[in-house]
Amino acid sequence: MGDKKKQKLQPNQQQYQAFQQKREVKRPIFKNCIKAFLVGGLICLIGQLISTFYIYQFNFTEQTAGNPTIATLIFITMLLTGFGVYDRFAQFAGAGTAVPVTGFGNAVISSAIEYRSEGFILGVGSNMLKLAGPVIVYGVFSAFIVAIIKTILRQWGGF
Amino acid sequence: MIFFWAFIVGGLICVIGQIMFDVFKLSPAHTLTILVVSGAILDGIGWYEPLIDFAGAGATVPITSFGNSLVHGAVQEAEKHGLIGVVTGMFEVTSAGISAAIIFGVIGALFFKPKG
Repeated sequence: MGDKKKQKLQPNQQQYQAFQQKREVKRPIFKNCIKAFLVGGLICLIGQLISTFYIYQFNFTEQTAGNPTIATLIFITMLLTGFGVYDRFAQFAGAGTAVPVTGFGNAVISSAIEYRSEGFILGVGSNMLKLAGPVIVYGVFSAFIVAIIKTILRQWGGF
Repeated sequence: MIFFWAFIVGGLICVIGQIMFDVFKLSPAHTLTILVVSGAILDGIGWYEPLIDFAGAGATVPITSFGNSLVHGAVQEAEKHGLIGVVTGMFEVTSAGISAAIIFGVIGALFFKPKG
């Protein structure tokens, strides 16, 4: 909590804040990082196996094999999410399952399944990208700015 | 060898995410957004492409590659058609991730029932 916000609080509220901070459960950061490392690494390893398969079977190159790999991983995520297995992995691995593209897929697919009780247009259609929305929005916006700068530098700056 | 580096690099990117969760107490949405934006910036300064050559799926599977491929598509198209290409080429390379997520999302909603 910022200092400015703190000054507005009543004294007993400040006391409560201090008390609450003392009692807050310390997160096992190191252990969590190890778990995230192992699971995240494993997902990328599986991704590498899939993309090696695409490179040798379907003549993709190292650069273009990323796309079918991602699609395949999201397909696997759909199955795992649908059968309710992905949640259990995610509880164990934290960022290890959230940061790879499977986490993005899980965010979209789980909200699609969750909102189907509200109907397919207003439920699934409008809530599907609720969690993944910020990623797409700011990804596109920042990519826009970076690409504009890069293009201008290249075309008029001679880089 | 690329399998080993895919594991290490992919794992390390996830550790960065975990540190943002635990140490800086950010929500998953904030963390993923920051990672995507940093992927875009890393591609802008030209560091992400060597990482893909080095680590393969270790660099393409984490969400950072989403920012990378957005910039990549935009810059590629801008080389052919000038500045307007930045807008028209944005999703050129990255369409797989978003289309797959949406398509499989709808299929998932058709076939699976929510649990709990």
